[in-house]
This record gives sequence, structure tokens and C-alpha cells, in this order.
Amino acid sequence: MDESRNLTIVQGLREALREEMLRDESVFVMGEDIGIGGSFLFTLGFLDEFGPERVMNTPISEVGFVGMGVGAAIEGMRPVIDFQYGDFLITAADQVIQQAAKLRYMSGGQVEVPLVFQLPTGASGRGAQHSNSLETVFFGVPGLEIVTPSSPYDAKGLFKSAVRSQNPVLFCVHKHLYGSRGRNLAHRDTSTGLVPDGEDYTIPFGVADIKRAGTDVTVVANLLMLHRSLKVASGLADEGISVEVIDPRTLVPFDLDSVIASVEKTGRLVLVDEGPRKGGWSAHVAAEVAEKGLMYLDAPIERVTSLDTPMPYAPGLEEAVVPSTDDIEAAIRRII
Amino acid sequence: MVLIRRFELRVNELFLRGLIPGTIHLSHGQEATAAGTCLALETNDRITITHRGHGQALAKGVTAESMMAELFGKATGCCGGRGGSLHVGDMSVGALPAIAIVGASSPIATGMALAYKRKNTGQVVANFFGDGTANKGDWHESMNLAAIWDLPVVFVCENNLWAVSTHISDTMRVEHVADRAVAYGMPGHTIDGNDPVAVYDTVATAVDRARSGGGPTLVECLTYRRGGHKRDDPATYRPTEEVDAWLADDPIERFRTTLLNGIMTHAQLKTIEEDVDAELDAAVAAAEAAPVPDPRTVEDHVYG
Ligand SMILES: Cc1ncc(C[n+]2csc(CCOP(=O)(O)OP(=O)(O)O)c2C)c(N)n1
Repeated sequence: MDESRNLTIVQGLREALREEMLRDESVFVMGEDIGIGGSFLFTLGFLDEFGPERVMNTPISEVGFVGMGVGAAIEGMRPVIDFQYGDFLITAADQVIQQAAKLRYMSGGQVEVPLVFQLPTGASGRGAQHSNSLETVFFGVPGLEIVTPSSPYDAKGLFKSAVRSQNPVLFCVHKHLYGSRGRNLAHRDTSTGLVPDGEDYTIPFGVADIKRAGTDVTVVANLLMLHRSLKVASGLADEGISVEVIDPRTLVPFDLDSVIASVEKTGRLVLVDEGPRKGGWSAHVAAEVAEKGLMYLDAPIERVTSLDTPMPYAPGLEEAVVPSTDDIEAAIRRII
Repeated sequence: MVLIRRFELRVNELFLRGLIPGTIHLSHGQEATAAGTCLALETNDRITITHRGHGQALAKGVTAESMMAELFGKATGCCGGRGGSLHVGDMSVGALPAIAIVGASSPIATGMALAYKRKNTGQVVANFFGDGTANKGDWHESMNLAAIWDLPVVFVCENNLWAVSTHISDTMRVEHVADRAVAYGMPGHTIDGNDPVAVYDTVATAVDRARSGGGPTLVECLTYRRGGHKRDDPATYRPTEEVDAWLADDPIERFRTTLLNGIMTHAQLKTIEEDVDAELDAAVAAAEAAPVPDPRTVEDHVYG
């Protein structure tokens, strides 16, 4: 791979969507202001290339076009629905939770809803109504797949799998990790990277990736928190503390085996999750490891999460709510 | 109107200088709609505010000082630094802190109106929203609910033709938002939203009707945002001729001409501008000097 293939996440996503739209006529995109690329420039240039039938700029009618996505998916299309902020999906929660997630089951498998939601997630200085961790909000809903890529390589491969999935997929990308505009690209050193070309490149769901191998403690983190954890891990390496950092990549399905295998080696587990403390994937994984891997643990499981508050606006308050590198480091030190 | 214009331009400058974090949606160009509407309301009447809400809030009486501090994320802000630009408001002057989810404020305003009717308080609420909002189901449901129960709410549409990059003609088959009123059995008016007197007259009539038990009205004010959707939007999707025509129709310049026609003098207008500038200087200085919120209080106000 040459240097020019060093991409940001949004570039990787655009490649994935473009390849899938070229491969499969039934793939199309809907969303607000996607004619100009949408909020994070996910569809930049797509209207010119694919035309308004496959790049449908919608009114602000989320219940309507999410429901239409469900209907079109039932009838054999593969809609990709782009959200400016994943937060706005909440206004269409019924179509997601009660319809998309359940129609396969309720119908005894007669219908399928292959539908992808592109959802900017997490806090980025925009206050309470633009900072939800969508992966937390929808985590407990059976029938949804939830993907949280943290690198361009993963984002591209996973997005292509999302489009090919037969299930509704929430594809959540942290607002600070797209590398488009309006939001600083956080952790450029670890959040950009080489991305493979070509139609056949996909990453299967349910396979975690060890982003950094280590022996003393296992840290499981995703999205922005993965990059913060990697930073902490490299700092601690200077002190001779060896941290293994695992990115689950998909939360549903979740690769518990890889986490337990790592804990068997390290004996220690820290879970880092931007969502609030109550509920969410890290609470679930802590419970699973406690049930299935307690004998491997040499110390209590640590969870590093946001506080159970709506997200405040003032930068100092947001910092107080969301896990920082200091919080992650302190959690690691508490158990080693 | 002068306060709103200068507040917004000042905020723009402060944002570019990095003193205001987050994002901002400016309302310069839409001053007459906010001012005309709020003038038709009593202090204990309420408004609901949009994501483009600085002007609406100022018009209802939220102070420039408390709002500037909020935008700076300071403890002295109208929401203690917890809300930010997207959630400005002050209940003591009847301004429910802004709701940034498009469409979500219409049912809430309708519910506030239900409370006034039940408690027989005689209050009225004005629900501000944009043209793009009129495509949300919650908005349509609210229109119907307010109509069937004759609730004291005035739906005030700031139709600036664009919802981010999307022109109104691409999202509705009717020409005017107010055309939709007929479907819900309430009066609908499309008016010049850059004329504060027209806005005042129309909203005042709607407020009287609401207060006297006559039910809701939909008032569509035709106006224009002079800048982009938000701070980093160059708004290049808007045709130059349209932009030029609307920028030439500056509500402040126009009203100034009206006032100078025997109602006010140059000197009086100049005094207003000087007072506004002094107020804004003080607001910025106070915001800069104010303390940031104490992180130890971050969990306050989650529950009562
Ligand atoms: C439910 C929801 N969907 C999308 C958004 C993102 N968004 C914020 S403002 C806006 C455009 C609103 O247009 P309009 O109602 O006409 O108000 P204007 O911005 O023109 O003042 C959009 C799409 C949102 N805040 N809420």
C-alpha cells in the first residue's frame, strides 16, 4: 500500500459506501443535507456520481424516512441512512426498536430488514442534546447489530459488512474521529491509517482486534476511548507496565472469547466506555466476565465510564463527565 | 432588533477568536420576527426557542450578559454553563431554555398551553420553529392537538427558505407553511417577517385569539438568515441572486428608514446603538471575567 492510501475514517467510509453502491444496485442512501455531503461529509460527491434516485436528500422527517428505510429493506433494497448526528435517530426510536429490530422475529423469519444507520456518536462540546452515545442508548435492543469502528481500516471493512448484513445495523463513529471538518480530528497518530483497496475487503462482525499486545492488564475500549487508552498504554510502557488494548469493534455481536482469553493471560480487566455508567456494553461485559472468567481475575474489574449526567456544555464540565486519559491511567494503577 | 444584530455579530467575532466553544447558529437577518413576536407577548407569556435562538431569547428579555456568559460556558450564564448556545433561555422572563431537536418543542409548547388552559392563567405560549421543522411529525401532531383542544399557543414559523442546505421547495408541495393550517382547522397567515410591525400586528391578533379561548394560530414569517446555517457553513448552496435580493432587504435598515420618517431622529437611533454597544461591551467583559463552573457541581440538577 502506498502512502496515498493513508486515510481518515470518513475517507474509508466513503470508499466502502462507493464500492458497495457500485457492486449492488439495491444500495442507496437517504438523509438530511446529504447532497452536500451531510454533516461529516460521508456522502461528499455521491450526488454527482450516483444521482438523486440513489442519493436521496430528505426533509427533516426522521420517523418518515427511517420507516421508509424499513419498508424498502423488507422489499429487497439495502438502504443506508445517514444521520447528521446520531442523536436525531432517537426521534425515530419506534421504527428502530419496535419495527426494524423486531420484524424478522415477529414474522417468524418471513421478512428481513437489511438497513444501515450511519451515526455520529459521543460528546464533542455541543451540549446535552448532541452528545448521546447511541451505542449505549440502543445496546439492550435484541435484533440490532451495533458497530463502533475506531480506525479507517476497521471502518471501511466493517461498513462493507454492514451493508451486506441481513440485519439492521447501527454504525456508530465518534464525532471526533471522522476527520472531516467542524470537529478536530482527535489522536491523528492512531486515528488515521492505511486502508486496503478493493471490493473483496471486509471485516466480519464479532471479531475483536488486539490494538496493542501486553501482559499485565487488559483494557477493552472503543471509539474515542480506544485512542485515549492507547495513549495511556504507551505512557505506561515507559514504566514497564505492559497493557494489552483490545478494540471489540462490534458491540453486537461481541467477541467475549477474545476478552476472556486476554484476561486469562493478564488477570486484570479495565473497561473504558464513553457512555454513562448505568447500562451499556461495558456493564454487560463486566457481568459476563464476572460470570464466565472470574477464576482468571487477580483483581476487581474496573469500569471507566462517563458520569450518569446529561452532557454539560462548558468544556470543563464535559471533561469532568467523560473519561480522560488520567481516569484511565488511574483505573489501571488501582488494580496492578 | 439592534441588540440582536449586534449581539450576533459580536458572537461571531468572539467565536472566530476562539473565545466561544462549541458551535453557534446565528440569527442575524431574522430580528424582526423575534422582536415583533415577543413584543406581542406579556412577560409571563412564554416562548419556546430554537437552535437559532439567541434573537428569540433576547427579544423575550433574556439579558445579553447572562446569555453571553452562557455562550462562554461560564458559571454565571443563564443555564450555569450547562446549556450553551443551543439551550439558552431564562424562565424568569418566560423563555424556556432552547430545544435543539427540530420539532420537539412544538408538542412541549402545546402542553404548556394545556397547563395554562387548565389552570386558567390566561397565559399564551409562542412556539418558534423553522420552515424545515414543518416536515416533522411531532409538529403536525401538535398543530392538530392544539387545534382540537383550542389551546393558547401561537405557532411562529421563521421561514428563512433553507433548512441547512435544503430549500423549502424541495421538501414541500405547498407553497407556504401556513397553507398547512387549513388541514388542522386553524387560521394561517404568511407575512413579511422582515417587517416588525407586520409581525407584531399578526402575532398580537393571534395572541388575543389564543388568550380569549379561540385556539391556536399559525403565523409564517418570511425572512432570511444573513449567514450560514452554523459557524462553519459558507452557505454556497444558496443562489447569488437570492442572497443578494434578501441581503438588500435588511429588516434593520428598512425599519430605520420607517422610523426616520418622522417617528425618531438620527440622534435617537444613534443613542440606541451606543447603548447596545455599551451593553455588549459590558456583557463580554463580564463573561470573560466570570468563573467557569466548578466541576464538583457537575452532578447537580440531574434530579430534583
Ligand atoms: C430532529 C432533528 N433532526 C435534525 C437536526 C439537525 N438540524 C439542526 S437545525 C436543522 C435545520 C432546521 O431547519 P429549520 O427548521 O428551517 O430552521 P433554521 O435552521 O432554518 O432556522 C437541522 C436539520 C436536529 N437538530 N433535530
